[in-house]
Amino acid sequence: MSEKLATGNLLEVRGLTKIFGTLKACDAIDLIVAKGEIHALLGENGAGKSTLVKMLFGSLEPHSGEIRWDGKPVRITSPGAAKKLGIGMVFQHFSLFEALTAAENIALSLDDGSPINQIAAKARALSYSYGLPLDPDSLVGDLSVGERQRIEIIRCLLQTPQLIILDEPTSVLTPQEADKLFETLERLRAEGKSILYISHRLEEVKRMCDRATVLRHGKVVGHCNPREETAASLARMMVGNEVKAVVRAPVEGIDKAAALLEIRNLSRKPATPFSIPLRDISLSVRAGEVIGIAGVAGNGQGEFFEAVSGEVRQDTAGAVRIRGKDAGALGITGRRLAGAAFVPEERLGHGAAPRMKLSENLLLSRHATDKKAFVGGGGMVKAGAVYSAAQRIIEVMDVRKSAPDPEAAALSGGNLQKFIVGRELDRKPSVMVVNQPTWGVDAGAAAHIRQALIELARSGSAVLVISQDLDELFEISDAIAVMHNGELSHPMPIAEATFEKIGLLMGGAESGHGGQAAEVA
Amino acid sequence: MDIAVNILLTIATAATPLLVAAIGELVVERSGVLNLGVEGMMIMGAVAGFGASYLTGSPWAGLLAAMVVGALFSLLFAVMTLSLATNQVATGLSLTLLGLGLSGMMGTGFVGLPGERLPYLYIPFLSDLPVVGKLLFGQDPVFYISIALTAAVAWFLFRTRAGLTLRSIGDSHTSAHALGIKVIRYRYLAVLFGGACAGLAGGQLSLVYTPQWVENMSAGRGWIALALVVFASWRPWRVFAGAYIFGMIWIGQLHVQAIDLQQFAGAPWLLYKVMELLKSLPSQYLAMLPYLATIVVLVLISRNKRLTMMNTPASLGQPFVPDR
Repeated sequence: MSEKLATGNLLEVRGLTKIFGTLKACDAIDLIVAKGEIHALLGENGAGKSTLVKMLFGSLEPHSGEIRWDGKPVRITSPGAAKKLGIGMVFQHFSLFEALTAAENIALSLDDGSPINQIAAKARALSYSYGLPLDPDSLVGDLSVGERQRIEIIRCLLQTPQLIILDEPTSVLTPQEADKLFETLERLRAEGKSILYISHRLEEVKRMCDRATVLRHGKVVGHCNPREETAASLARMMVGNEVKAVVRAPVEGIDKAAALLEIRNLSRKPATPFSIPLRDISLSVRAGEVIGIAGVAGNGQGEFFEAVSGEVRQDTAGAVRIRGKDAGALGITGRRLAGAAFVPEERLGHGAAPRMKLSENLLLSRHATDKKAFVGGGGMVKAGAVYSAAQRIIEVMDVRKSAPDPEAAALSGGNLQKFIVGRELDRKPSVMVVNQPTWGVDAGAAAHIRQALIELARSGSAVLVISQDLDELFEISDAIAVMHNGELSHPMPIAEATFEKIGLLMGGAESGHGGQAAEVA
Repeated sequence: MDIAVNILLTIATAATPLLVAAIGELVVERSGVLNLGVEGMMIMGAVAGFGASYLTGSPWAGLLAAMVVGALFSLLFAVMTLSLATNQVATGLSLTLLGLGLSGMMGTGFVGLPGERLPYLYIPFLSDLPVVGKLLFGQDPVFYISIALTAAVAWFLFRTRAGLTLRSIGDSHTSAHALGIKVIRYRYLAVLFGGACAGLAGGQLSLVYTPQWVENMSAGRGWIALALVVFASWRPWRVFAGAYIFGMIWIGQLHVQAIDLQQFAGAPWLLYKVMELLKSLPSQYLAMLPYLATIVVLVLISRNKRLTMMNTPASLGQPFVPDR
């Protein structure tokens, strides 16, 4: 498949630079995409990949540098101009409109002005011919993330672009859906189209891509042929040094350990028309183990987390039990006092108050559990104690920051995540529930967070991790359960679990959905 | 019978300014912009309409001036919120305050002057038909404009590509921008349209409803129009229903306050009892009724949460700054 059908370079980028404030997000980037190739753009979060493609798609303006399209220099001043040249983009954070139908969403990006039902028919035909079936009349708000991705791809294909940019397309797909996408991409390459493929999943890059450009800290650190590299050598290029592997010692005698977190027949009606109901979820997490919850985004994980953390209370007090006590009727603070700690998915606005300092954010989540340490007589805050605790967490988690006690919003996403996880770990909670622990965190820090979660469990706590990153779950979990459409499967012991089995469950295959309390062998 | 026709006509006259202003604001809010300055734009339209009509002698010129001034006044809001990305709520509120003050100052010379009313439509034969003649073919021009406007906006929003684009901007301006849609340009046009509508509504007040200039004559109608848009879940024909329910009960309670219970002596028992109850209420409660009834009715028809969600512009009130 690597034979080029067309020759010559479609896109040449020389010295492209973008500066945000004092940060050089992209520093003199060179990139060449040939006709009919799948070109990978590799790099960690924050390496400048998204900034670069936003410049190529006209939504950001470069400070300097040159873009040549088909040999001629061009200025791409807006997404409209990019579309005219023949550049199509499938966004990482979807650019879809939830309140509109799939067909309306597609029509909005086409300029030909043909009637909606014609576009719907075209979209339907195209989607079936690529094996990505799509119902043009469905409302986007009702669709799963995988289906939304299909709309993005079909919308992009209908514009008949020469270059298709895909920004982390598989991060929201099941392994089977991803396979389908790879087939589509290979077919497009065979048709002579070029694809710029952004990912940090090295296996899929090795499998599909003809060439790769690796970015680190906004600079190009190398061009290579991914097929000739190993995953480890690619990772080294991306990160700059070896990534320490996470060590997970097997647990012993777990079946005798006490269940610290029990969820019994938890159900929840959808709070909004677009959210997922929870259906009769039961799960227990024992002292010493890490249980992972896999699932495609938007299958009820968020709703589940809200119910477990106490953001939403339950009608039956026994639906959630923490250390053997009914906690269903307690709020977040009550559950924290019972010994649990929670790390939500959204960092800003949920995990931390953006405009407050790190020490203040620390106090916000721990004022009740650490009352003795942080609050003195008459309800006065012991600012010094809070400050030094915050500094301790910053040091342990290696949080990089510009001021001694900066506002939460001033930190990069990865660094803030380190702080938020560290804030809870610092308490040594006996139950820890984390939603997307390492989303947007660089590889080194992610390994650090994962190792810390395993160690917390091994020291006798129960750890529940909700994640979309299957690699991560396989790395740290003792058993993996899958959430699909608001139902939770039985946890599958890690020794039995494979990507394929978990992937099938993520796609909705029936197995082990049940109301009875789950047992871990 | 004549009394009934006259009551229906006054209802239409009372509902029209609400309908026109609310339809304009509906388009603005569908684009994701919350303009709380409706009251201010309306009163500016009223004073400009009366002034232009008085100075030129033509109420038609007054109507045109009302729309132009309403649009120009909304341009101030557009520049502030769209180009300078100020807070929409604060800017809208100051627009209302500014409009009320400025119109009072501009209108000092007009107070007490006799105004000229816009002529009623008259089509020979059709307008002379009993009952329907006056209702359908004998009203003021703004009434016809308001009906046409409702139909045109409903068609535009749900049947045209530009309307789809406008709705998409209201749903997510970042997504719209990523697709290459000119978010700011659409929003400018929507705000100007809303301003022209509010101005027209004000012009109706000073050229049709009570053809004279009185300070503060919009009397909170702009706020009612704003509330109508929300309670009608951003759907044009529901705004129409809301405006007419409000107008009906508004006129109804005025009549109840004025009538003599003796007139109902021969009426059926139930009607008499209802009238007795209404007459026994303090007039303040009667004056509350239109607000209460409109809200109750519109809340009832928007009980379908899903439909409401689909129609609510998700990016309403959020400033949009495209990053470059």
